[in-house]
Amino acid sequence: MNIKPKVGIVSCSGECCGLGTLSRVATRLVLEELRSNQTVTICLPLFLAGEEEEHGFAKEFPTITVDGCGKLCAKKAVAKYSKEPAEAVDVEALLKEWMITPPKNRRVLDVNDEKNARRLAELLAEKVDNIQESA
Amino acid sequence: MGKPVLVIPCSGIGKPFGSISRDATFRVCDDLQPGKADTLCLSLLVMGDEEAHGRVASSRCITVDGCPLACSHNNVERSGGKIVAEFKVMDLLRENRGLKPKTVTFLDEDGEKLSKLLAERIAEKVSELMEESE
Repeated sequence: MNIKPKVGIVSCSGECCGLGTLSRVATRLVLEELRSNQTVTICLPLFLAGEEEEHGFAKEFPTITVDGCGKLCAKKAVAKYSKEPAEAVDVEALLKEWMITPPKNRRVLDVNDEKNARRLAELLAEKVDNIQESA
Repeated sequence: MGKPVLVIPCSGIGKPFGSISRDATFRVCDDLQPGKADTLCLSLLVMGDEEAHGRVASSRCITVDGCPLACSHNNVERSGGKIVAEFKVMDLLRENRGLKPKTVTFLDEDGEKLSKLLAERIAEKVSELMEESE
């Protein structure tokens, strides 16, 4: 039997704007609903401030980073302390491509924002499948 | 009005407590004390962003942590921030043993209650600090 590696999803959870909330919610939807048995996560500040044990996270698991803005904190952190992520999603750029406006409220997502979070989560779930298939 | 107080949550993603820290912070900055409280991305700060470091070094900071690893407190301290108050979701849970938040993505009723309680406390502290600086 071929055991597929779990995939780590690291979200920026940025506090500056609603894009961080969207990244975080989409990540959680994958972890809780869409691919609950195939995925794991770690808090980005813990990963950043951590030591070998925390940095080993992305060495142990192929990783997808989910960044709310072009500063790409999660992508840069994973590349710096572990290895290049298998996939990196820039949510700000993606929403532009999808011609979708970012959430206005960073605490509570409205119906449309939630729909967008689910669309993003589905994209992430697809990436999880692709990574596992190629493993 | 004095410079806004920086409220910095851990925004932990693994358990409800990080979500509560984040939710309460947004309540303070956007609803309860707009203009008097502001926040910044903790990860950006830990990544060494100069602007984030400058803001933390020149502001009064309140840290809000969901778990005992205290990522917000430790990282703001390491970045040279002046921490004037720290709040821990776990302390609030001990005081409200009947509340048992379970969900992370969207807070459930108990999570919302804890977030409101925490936000009120943080907002009160922000008021005190702003009065001191007037």
